[in-house]
Amino acid sequence: MKDLNEDQVERSANLKGMGCSRKRVEDARFTQGKGNYVDDVKLPGMLHGDFVRSPYAHARIKSIDTSKAMALDGVIAVLTAADLAPLNLHWMPTLAGDKQMVLADGKVLFQGQEVAFVVAKDRFIAADAVELVEVDYEELPVIVNPFEALESDVVLREDIADQKEGAHGPRKHHNHIFTWEAGEEAATNDVIDNAEVVATETMYYHRTHPCPLETCGSVASMDKVNGKLTVWGTFQAPHVVRTVASLLSGIEEHNIRVISPDIGGGFGNKVGVYPGYVCSIVASIVTGKPVKWIEDRMENLMSTAFARDYWMTGKIAATKDGKITGLHCHVTADHGAFDACADPTKFPAGFMNICTGSYDIPTAYLAVDGVYTNKAPGGVSYRCSFRVTEAVYFIERMIEVLAIELNMDAAELRRINFIKKDQFPYQSALGWEYDSGDYHTAWDKALKAVDYEGLRKEQAERVEAFKRGETRSIMGIGLTFFTEIVGAGPVKNCDILGMGMFDSCEIRIHPTGSAIARLGTISQGQGHATTFAQILASEIGLPADSITIEEGDTDTAPYGLGTYGSRSTPVAGAATALAGRKIRAKAQMIAAYLLEVHDDDLEWDIDRFVVKGAPERFKTMKEIAYAAYNQAIPGVEPGLEAVSYYDPPNMTYPFGAYVCVMDIDVDTGVQTIRRFYALDDCGTRINPMIIEGQVHGGLTEALAVALGQEIAYDDMGNVKTGTLMDFFLPTAWEVPNYETDHTVTPSPHHPIGAKGVGESPHVGGVPCFSNAVNDAFRAFGNRHTHMPHDHWRIWQTANKLGLHG
Amino acid sequence: MIPASFDYHRPSDMDGVIALLNEHGDDARVLAGGHSLIPMMKLRMAEVPHLIDLQAVDSLRGISINGSRVTIGAMVTQHDIINHAELAKVAPIMRETSLQIADPQVRYMGTVGGNVANGDPGNDMPGLMQCLDATLHLVGPDGTREVAARDYYEAAYVTAREEDEVLTAISFDALSGGYSYEKQKRKIGDYATAAAAVTIQTSGGKVSSASIAMTNLSDVPVWSEAAANAIIGTACDADAVKAAVNAMLDDIDPTEDNRGPVAFKRHVAGIILTRAITRAWDRA
Repeated sequence: MKDLNEDQVERSANLKGMGCSRKRVEDARFTQGKGNYVDDVKLPGMLHGDFVRSPYAHARIKSIDTSKAMALDGVIAVLTAADLAPLNLHWMPTLAGDKQMVLADGKVLFQGQEVAFVVAKDRFIAADAVELVEVDYEELPVIVNPFEALESDVVLREDIADQKEGAHGPRKHHNHIFTWEAGEEAATNDVIDNAEVVATETMYYHRTHPCPLETCGSVASMDKVNGKLTVWGTFQAPHVVRTVASLLSGIEEHNIRVISPDIGGGFGNKVGVYPGYVCSIVASIVTGKPVKWIEDRMENLMSTAFARDYWMTGKIAATKDGKITGLHCHVTADHGAFDACADPTKFPAGFMNICTGSYDIPTAYLAVDGVYTNKAPGGVSYRCSFRVTEAVYFIERMIEVLAIELNMDAAELRRINFIKKDQFPYQSALGWEYDSGDYHTAWDKALKAVDYEGLRKEQAERVEAFKRGETRSIMGIGLTFFTEIVGAGPVKNCDILGMGMFDSCEIRIHPTGSAIARLGTISQGQGHATTFAQILASEIGLPADSITIEEGDTDTAPYGLGTYGSRSTPVAGAATALAGRKIRAKAQMIAAYLLEVHDDDLEWDIDRFVVKGAPERFKTMKEIAYAAYNQAIPGVEPGLEAVSYYDPPNMTYPFGAYVCVMDIDVDTGVQTIRRFYALDDCGTRINPMIIEGQVHGGLTEALAVALGQEIAYDDMGNVKTGTLMDFFLPTAWEVPNYETDHTVTPSPHHPIGAKGVGESPHVGGVPCFSNAVNDAFRAFGNRHTHMPHDHWRIWQTANKLGLHG
Repeated sequence: MIPASFDYHRPSDMDGVIALLNEHGDDARVLAGGHSLIPMMKLRMAEVPHLIDLQAVDSLRGISINGSRVTIGAMVTQHDIINHAELAKVAPIMRETSLQIADPQVRYMGTVGGNVANGDPGNDMPGLMQCLDATLHLVGPDGTREVAARDYYEAAYVTAREEDEVLTAISFDALSGGYSYEKQKRKIGDYATAAAAVTIQTSGGKVSSASIAMTNLSDVPVWSEAAANAIIGTACDADAVKAAVNAMLDDIDPTEDNRGPVAFKRHVAGIILTRAITRAWDRA
């Protein structure tokens, strides 16, 4: 790039374009309580819905008596499956090719399942009426363990008991959903059978929950005069909701308007369609009044989509000097009562086949078996691309176990197996083409930043001091090198219910040189209104402060697949840049006319077109915008607008190197994070401040998951962690200081080289915290201990290793 | 999380409170800071047709220190305790404990009375009151009476307080000497996995008197006289502390919950008590 002169530097800074730590334009309203969330939507005559939920994990419904509830003053309706059946809405399709009960049809399959929907004049009457609905249950045997489910005679899903073929191939058992495979099984077994060293481990990635601060909810309003249905809701993919609502209800798509207003965190929890959305829509159609449904915290934790719940068994083969030769992975995936995973349709285990990680592993095989149990449905990607957190946890734990098997330093083992810079684009054994990377540079930078050798020395001294009885504290060094796979994705292999996973941007330049851009994505806290304006500012030369970004209203925004899986910047961000370039191309024609030169005689200069060799002759974008609306230019249509639909040629592959230093009190199981260093490479950096915020947030959710956050069930299928007393949501008190760092390896196929960052810190953070705990006990004979690493489990590890005397 | 409907009362003096309790009997409950009762109402585990808010009863507020006698009104908040300079001087263990209860937002509302009166085994103040040998002051239709904190707790949420009585204050003699409130919890705002309140007085380099109470390790707070006796007359050497821990372990009866299994809780109780005794001894 040419060096900029003083004037250019100033003009560039005024744009607040890419690379600027521009303050978030959203925060003025959020910090002043002026956000507009679903529960802020209040319409005249609005009714309120509330659910009767099952107290049992598995039971037959013998009868439902709604008469007492209906008799309560202010109750308008009580819907059951019998009421929805004539509309064929008592079941609905899931994103994973299964179907799911909207309201319990004959039986319940998990605790907290929706049984009846009460509609009343206010929220309090609705809650009172819920208590008055009498449901007669006959309890059935409960299965909460997927391995037991595959052995059991108990049929959980009677509706599909006889179906030998599911949405993803043959079913082996009546509680089995699918088997999904990638790679070469025979070749991998052969490598493992003949390997010099093989490390084997089974790890449970426990069930947890995204737990956004705002729970799920919707307001449906059917205008019977105009035939228009408007739905406000907590939707991470509003256009998909519109299409699904149209297909299910028979209402033509142009008569449905879906609006995602401000959303208070999604993290995957708000991708799917929930019974509450459907019931509020049906109730509005039935009553002709707007109907609001907002779930409470316990309902959110118990019934809306969980994350993880993967039992993963790995075999990793290597030479004696540590070169990995093969990887075998088998997953038993607990999907709960219905397969409601939010993955691209052809990927029932998401992108679990990224589980070869950042390593050059020539031969690999993955098989995932999905299983039904009496737990809530879901399986969403909690702050990660589809099942990528599971994949990265798996490989980063397997690397640590292999290091133990080889009696080798885990940092060195990673280094000698990294995919090398000159191997990109890299074809992985499980089918992905990694677009770019420079792992060695990032790894060396990270290890140097934390003085890795010094830490290992200190750790060894601590072990000796512990053995001499001088301390009861041990030290763990958690390492992780992760590669994400985000930005779904190419339409040729990624779709949701048939909708290709492109995304879109539509730009209108106003005559005075400001603009509005609308996208098919929807921010849930990511700061899209800030960062997408920065992309455009750099592309079209108008200040970011003069560009409004609007998302979430299907009547105005172009069709898009929404925001999750770190796809907004890789897909919609690309569409934004390309739409901007269309604007610029037309602007160039206008400028040429105004300056009376040929198009090719102009060159772009930050915010203007300049006549080559005559820098005093130029037209700024502001001038061009005005001309677009007030000059009759031969051969050029008036106006200055553009739209771009972007189908990415490939995913993007952000990566990073994390180090956690942890002290553990072996007597109480209390851990203290002394240091956390996070180096992220997300390609081109749009707003460094927002990236840092994303990293802090993702790491904090990683800390939560690794150190205590779980949805736990007892043997009867009761949720044991249904409130924030027991479901660990860290506060500022529990969170350490994070040191952030970066390298920049732009994506070669993305128009601006950006890769997405929102989920990287979660993907990399979970194994890093977990590896720190496991590493602390390595010197005492530990190989692997399951998450979550809360006090008693850490204590139990110490106890089993004989550290309590 | 929506409570059933209820009538809200806000009397301005204790006579008004007692009159309402008399009128509504079992249908009425008094409300202090609300951190125990309101969640129970929202979960519909407590049905309270008549809620009597004590916020306007000024006589329940105030901290008075008369020589070594400390009296704290039931509506004094944990925030008040933390910021009361004279109390911090006379009875620093009150401040140390209050700082380990929940978080600042909760402590602005949470009261001594609410913490002490309900018999919630997770609360920190009951064990502390037993450690300090506090007196609980109750008022009811038949007038006032006093109950020793060590006699007050009968089972989880079952206490010596009658349904129509209200806790108005707690009082205790603040003894100089060493003290410690040691608590392990999963996160800020959590109840104790294990907690210990310890006070120690010394004479001639030895423990002359001591008091030890444990929190959330039984369905009631556990004042362990045997544990205190094990360190009296010693210089809190390792054997004495071990004997105190063993005596304490005979008195507690923890149950398994999400904080962990019984063996873990018993182990941690021993560690926490060891640390509390050591710190109290160092301060004595």
